[in-house]
Amino acid sequence: MLSKNLFQAVMTVTLLSLVACGQQTSMSGAGVLGSDAASAVYVAPGEYDEFYAFFSGGFSGQLAVYGLPSGRLFKVIPVFAVDAEKGYGFNEETKPLLNTSFGFIPWDDAHHPELSQTNGETDGRWIFINGNNTPRVARVDLSTFETVEIIEIPNSGGNHSSPFTTENTEYVVAGTRFGVPYPQQDVAIDSYAENFKGMLTFIKVDPETGEMSIAFQVLLPAFDYDLAHSGKGKSHGWTFFTSYNTEQQSTLLEVNASKNDKDFIAAVNWKEAERYLAEGKGHDMPSEYMHNIYSDRTHMATSHTRNSVKVLIPSECPGLVYFLPTPKSPHGVDVDPTGEYIVGNGKLSADLTVHSFTRMQEAIEASAFETEIEGIPVLKYEDVVGGVVEKAGLGPLHTEFDAKGNAYTTFFISSEVVKWKVGSWEVIDRAPTYYSVGHLMIPGGDSRNPEGKYLVALNKITKDRYLPTGPELCQSAQLFDISGEKMKLLSDFPTVGEPHYGQGISASRINSRKIFLIEENEHPYAAKGEKDARVERDGDIVHVYMTTIRSHFAPDNIEGIKVGDKVYFHVTNLEQDFDVPHGFAVMGATNAELLIMPGQTETLLWEPKKEGVFPFYCTDFCSALHQEMQGYVRVSSRSSNIALKWGLGDLPM
Amino acid sequence: MQTSRILMIGAAVLLLTLFIFPLWQITLIAPQYPDGVVLKIWIDKIGGNEPGTLQNINILNHYVGMKPIEPESIPELSYLKYIVIVMATLGLLAAWINRKMVILGWAVLLLALGVLGMYDFYLWEYDYGHNLDPNAPIKIEGQAYQPPLIGQKTLLNFLAKSYPHLGGMAMFTSMILAFLAYWIKNKTKDYETANTSNAMPVADGMLAQAQAD
Repeated sequence: MLSKNLFQAVMTVTLLSLVACGQQTSMSGAGVLGSDAASAVYVAPGEYDEFYAFFSGGFSGQLAVYGLPSGRLFKVIPVFAVDAEKGYGFNEETKPLLNTSFGFIPWDDAHHPELSQTNGETDGRWIFINGNNTPRVARVDLSTFETVEIIEIPNSGGNHSSPFTTENTEYVVAGTRFGVPYPQQDVAIDSYAENFKGMLTFIKVDPETGEMSIAFQVLLPAFDYDLAHSGKGKSHGWTFFTSYNTEQQSTLLEVNASKNDKDFIAAVNWKEAERYLAEGKGHDMPSEYMHNIYSDRTHMATSHTRNSVKVLIPSECPGLVYFLPTPKSPHGVDVDPTGEYIVGNGKLSADLTVHSFTRMQEAIEASAFETEIEGIPVLKYEDVVGGVVEKAGLGPLHTEFDAKGNAYTTFFISSEVVKWKVGSWEVIDRAPTYYSVGHLMIPGGDSRNPEGKYLVALNKITKDRYLPTGPELCQSAQLFDISGEKMKLLSDFPTVGEPHYGQGISASRINSRKIFLIEENEHPYAAKGEKDARVERDGDIVHVYMTTIRSHFAPDNIEGIKVGDKVYFHVTNLEQDFDVPHGFAVMGATNAELLIMPGQTETLLWEPKKEGVFPFYCTDFCSALHQEMQGYVRVSSRSSNIALKWGLGDLPM
Repeated sequence: MQTSRILMIGAAVLLLTLFIFPLWQITLIAPQYPDGVVLKIWIDKIGGNEPGTLQNINILNHYVGMKPIEPESIPELSYLKYIVIVMATLGLLAAWINRKMVILGWAVLLLALGVLGMYDFYLWEYDYGHNLDPNAPIKIEGQAYQPPLIGQKTLLNFLAKSYPHLGGMAMFTSMILAFLAYWIKNKTKDYETANTSNAMPVADGMLAQAQAD
């Protein structure tokens, strides 16, 4: 009897809880899909979003530009991967951007976009992004939303802890994720401990032009330097790099590099580095790397070989680097807006370790070191820790901040964002993500002045969240309103490629240009008017100086081309009107199209292999007579003596 | 100083603003041109709100066979500035003389020039709007593309608005000021003028001379 009652009671409780669960689910479902959330992300047709958001494309090698809160995709900026749509990496002008010491590379893995800053605030001038596989850093100009510079990082292998700016964009950084032999050489892999090193690179950014140059490198033990962030406010002058594999293993890292209870955050004092460099402590090390710059005047990139870098060795430069013990393979390292707290997201831990910059300074002052590794003092954990957010979740990866003293941390394993209070270390709120969030982004959330209002969780896995598209599914961004005490999920949307880090900025801080002025065009093969359009032969190289204007090419009939010629179509778009690009495609071209903005010149190399008459045409629907925007090029045999001639309508040219 | 003289100086100086501000503005509005295509006509040049405006208008016009607007082929743009300088100088002279018939003469001359200018503008507009290339890609029976002299009018997909700009308004104001000066002068007897003009002996002399004439 008793057992029967007990059974009934248990059943009742179970049923009730099931009902309650069901209700809860449907209620939260209504919350997510309710009209208030919908209106919060609704940007009416013709209206503008409040924020620009930039999400890296990861293995797509690109950078995607979205609007927030709508989540509308505006543009995919090609950075490290060729893009046939825009002719990027296919036209002659942009090929040099992808040049490296290994030659032309059409792809890379782009992880962390980072906006330029002035006085610790995003200034909307440039956005930097790292190429992970063949170590590089790119700069995108935010007046044109085009990649304008790529610099290769020598003595590095896997440029992951990059670019992460300082608060006046004095430097962007590039720490190696993989230890590599230094200098690079043919050695046994199991000689890792003696031959491998980990290099941290500081790239100077010209305050006027944005042009990058490698200022110096710091030679460290061959740990895996995972992520970075620079200090701000009181900690301005320092950059912090997380590390894992302090075990210095080269095989089965998932086990072998997870042994140490604590790895390190490397704190680099770059102001001291500047002093040591001025004292001549930098070693000039031969290192070949490429520096590629694009000009908006010549509309072309040039690639330059650099041969040397300055290397600082910590044992020769006391005070340059300190190690802060941090539990369990820390992934992200994030500095709060005041610059006091340095959050080490120990990815195999359930706790979040927060170091105090003030305590770190005191410990350095007191020379209270636990030990030294290759001349680098290791501070004592208990001397530098400022607080611990206990049992916040599982697998903390990254933290961003709002303007109200709160921090938001992503937990990959428990698939959630957790909001906690900086200083009291108490957990305030938690929200699930769908699924397995990596980075998160709050506009200005890694600067001194977060514009916080929205938080975007960048998810690695979507499983059942969208209509399936075969085995390969999209990744996603998930938008939260963080203006209140509780985080509120507003929407989620698929992303281009795998988003790693993101950046956001008030749209008002970005000054997007409309056209390039034709009179400022300094391209050596520009035809700045139809009267300059012409065809010139130099041996088997033919230069076509072609113009486009609605709705014709000049010239649009070309004869006298021979099989085996190298024909360069230099197409100048004479348009000076906003949003009137012209495209150029020619039959049999083995590369791609050109997409030429008003006032710009771009060049397509065409190598005709067959005799015949081949059409070319405009690929971007430019006008009412776009379909008529076409022409022919006649290709004759190698031995023919058909004269080179060209024209447009009645006009002999 | 006398009101009429101040007004005339103002009228003359206002004319000089034509060297800064456009006379006229024609705005073309269509969905694809949210900011409008704005053509501005100065006394010595034609341009717009963007460096490429003229080219953009010529591109649009070529679809319907209108001639390209080429400022170098419009003679008015080369001599209008001299007319303005002469009129401003004459205006100052009239202020100095400060006699009602002189003032009226200047005002009427300016009015005549204004009317002539508008007529000339109309002829240009008529020519551009009617004298179409028979090989134009877009031909619509009976359709002309003459913009309105003043006011607004729909031309195919565009709404064309034609109104004076600051310079044109300044010229109109200048005319008003001159007629106002004449009106004030007409109300005031000439001997009073002479009596209250002691501060300007040269002008008085001129006046006396003018009265003696």
